[in-house]
Amino acid sequence: MPLINQEKCNQCQLCISVCGCGAIVMVNNVVTVVETEDCHWCTTCEAVCPTGALTCSFEIVVEEG
Amino acid sequence: MTIDVAFLKSISYFSGLNTTELDIIEKAFSEKTAQRGEVILLEGELSDTLFFVAAGAVKIFKTSTQGKEQILSIARLGDALNDISIFDGGVNPVSAQALGPVVLHGIKKDRLQGILQQYPKVALNASRVLAGKTRQLLTLVEDLSFRHVLGRVVKILLTHAGDGTTPVQRLTQQEMAAMAGTAREVVARSLKVLEEQGHIRLEHHRIVITDKKSLQEIVAESA
Repeated sequence: MPLINQEKCNQCQLCISVCGCGAIVMVNNVVTVVETEDCHWCTTCEAVCPTGALTCSFEIVVEEG
Repeated sequence: MTIDVAFLKSISYFSGLNTTELDIIEKAFSEKTAQRGEVILLEGELSDTLFFVAAGAVKIFKTSTQGKEQILSIARLGDALNDISIFDGGVNPVSAQALGPVVLHGIKKDRLQGILQQYPKVALNASRVLAGKTRQLLTLVEDLSFRHVLGRVVKILLTHAGDGTTPVQRLTQQEMAAMAGTAREVVARSLKVLEEQGHIRLEHHRIVITDKKSLQEIVAESA
């Protein structure tokens, strides 16, 4: 799932507004990522985050054969 | 409908104005909302209202005749969406689409022209905003024009690729952009191009290199 660095997060909630799968929610007034199989790694949350707090990292692998 | 004066104050166009001036300008604004995925502005159409983002995020993009999309920027709180077409009177050079629920504050072109004449500070602010946008777009043009950016992105992929059995350092598109010395939008475009050409496959949080030899050739050609 996307990762949130709470030290960088300014709680603007832009990521919540753009997330189409409900993976990012407010829990006790804190932006929180919840586990869901519906996340398609669109990385829009990372793109809109103004502080770079939210990251969607990729593993890069070489296909065998 | 009341537009928040504090919000107007936060917009670059209106910085440096006093509360009395902002109170007058505020009356020229109206509010509009858009839902996720809604197209707010369409490339090629005329605009009669300058929109500023009051809440949410808006994707600013161009679409090629083949239907391919190039994101130019993400507009956030206080950003203007269509100042180019408002100022030059031409059609929208870009499209704008809500990435989630969005609130916009808009001012009609003729009202804006009156404000620009009445408050030279706003005109100066506008020229500064437009100069900043020109600078950002020139950087993007440079990156999109020169093949070496694609080569740098490919080199990053090859350098950080694992065999799938041992853990390797994971990278975000933002990190790849920082490494390649370019914008995140250019990395996103480069990855799409590489996928379309069959060099890689984008999977759920994985970039799979399907043709390592061809990627090595791209790096060699761009060196």
